[in-house]
Amino acid sequence: MSIPALADSGLVLRDLAKSYGPVAAVRGIDLTIAPGETVALLGPNGAGKSTTIDMILGLAPPDAGSVTLFGSTPARAVADGRVGGMLQTGQLISELSVRELVAMVAALYPRALPVDEVLAVTGAERFAAQRTTKLSGGQSQRTRFAMALVANPDLLVLDEPTAALDVEGRHDFWASMSEVARQGKTILFATHYLEEADSYADRIVLMARGRVVADGAATDIKSRVGGKTIRATLPGVDLDALRSLAGVTGALRRGEAVTLACSDGDAALRSLLGTYPAARDLEVRGAGLEEAFLELVTEDEDEETAP
Amino acid sequence: MSLTYLHYEVLRTFRSRALLFSLGFPLVLFLVVASTNRHATLEGVSFPLYYMAGMASWGAMLGIISAGSRISVERQQGWTRQLRLTPLSPRAYLLAKVVCGYLTALLTMVVLFVAGTVLGVRLGVREWAVMVGLALVGLVPFGLFGVMVGHLLKPDSLGPAVGGLSALFALFGGAWGPIATHGTLLDLVRDIPSYWLVQSGTVAYGGGGWPLRGWVVVGIWSLAAARLAFVAYRRDTARVV
Repeated sequence: MSIPALADSGLVLRDLAKSYGPVAAVRGIDLTIAPGETVALLGPNGAGKSTTIDMILGLAPPDAGSVTLFGSTPARAVADGRVGGMLQTGQLISELSVRELVAMVAALYPRALPVDEVLAVTGAERFAAQRTTKLSGGQSQRTRFAMALVANPDLLVLDEPTAALDVEGRHDFWASMSEVARQGKTILFATHYLEEADSYADRIVLMARGRVVADGAATDIKSRVGGKTIRATLPGVDLDALRSLAGVTGALRRGEAVTLACSDGDAALRSLLGTYPAARDLEVRGAGLEEAFLELVTEDEDEETAP
Repeated sequence: MSLTYLHYEVLRTFRSRALLFSLGFPLVLFLVVASTNRHATLEGVSFPLYYMAGMASWGAMLGIISAGSRISVERQQGWTRQLRLTPLSPRAYLLAKVVCGYLTALLTMVVLFVAGTVLGVRLGVREWAVMVGLALVGLVPFGLFGVMVGHLLKPDSLGPAVGGLSALFALFGGAWGPIATHGTLLDLVRDIPSYWLVQSGTVAYGGGGWPLRGWVVVGIWSLAAARLAFVAYRRDTARVV
């Protein structure tokens, strides 16, 4: 009884919601990810990324809504070995070498990849003979990646895969990851690093407070926030007065410095200097993904706190 | 369940430090006590033979309970959660744990029997076989206790719980010497499964195996332990059905 339209779509979330006690972790998510896409689930801590991932993987039942993986339930897709996951928490079991652990996991999947191949791709080859208890943070992360990859899954889900890594480790990780993405697998990864989402995903799903606040290519999300940002040192100024300046849409204070979000950077700069000649250390920046991120996440907060 | 998976589970069990203790304690105790009482008799039976049967029962019990209790460590490490992302069924996971428990128990018994032979114990093939066979049945409730403890307790309380539980069962079962030879107390301990586990050794000194009561007691305890293990498993995994 398969529905072709659904079977063709990789991952479909419909009106997905989950609360933990009084805390609404995920509040109605609709999302469709096509096979072969690499999607970043981006958001600050507490945005609901991990809860969403747990529901996608069938580790937590949704309160409402549904998850469909390749036309079936998460449990079915997991039992068929179509899903590989790298969770944020969890240690590696002891008494085995890295190679033995990966081989043990491989034995559970119907279409597992050759262990040596996976060890090579993930860079775990160099320490494959070591016991899992003797690994550095970066090495265990590679091992976990190898465990997810050896499954040869159609969908690879990674929850904050680089959280424990240093800059170099992160770079290496994404290098092996790009290799995998080229093989046409569907990849969903959660991150709170904007740069990672920007550089490695075809598409960014931005989450804040349990909702999707933006969904599109990195360039789309940037262009949704067309304006510029002005920073200046201006002690004791009234923020509301700043917000009423021409071309200014928002203002924030950090110590003596203020940051203005502007719909029209040129007009804002003229009116700022006209009204406050004392403003110094001026800095005008084009809105990057970081500004877009802050603006979209803040927009959502405003909406929440509005009476 | 794939045999490769089971192979690695067994490998882990035999590499684990816990095995050193569940095997080491009964062995050392046996060697020390039996060698100093080598020519003594107890209840008309040669002491090394009597003591070998008791220590083998206790060691096997300790081994099978601690093998199951390792589930607790794997829960805390997040490993059971990781396994839920694989096609491995919970049933296969538990089955592998029980198989590892039985292998631990068998190894313990064999090591104790070899030590007994070194100290002069001589038995026929039939006696060895019946003794091991009955012990394997008698271990069923303890294998299930291991699974239950693995789901109920945190790793930091495992040591005392497993040690204490098996010590109580060993003591009242008579593994360290008969706690009662007659009267109400004997009648009471005959309702404890470890009594029958220890009694599996009696075939070695002329007993005919278990009477009906032995089978009934072990059967009832097995059913009760299965129920408890299942409830503990459910309670533990309810959060993430």
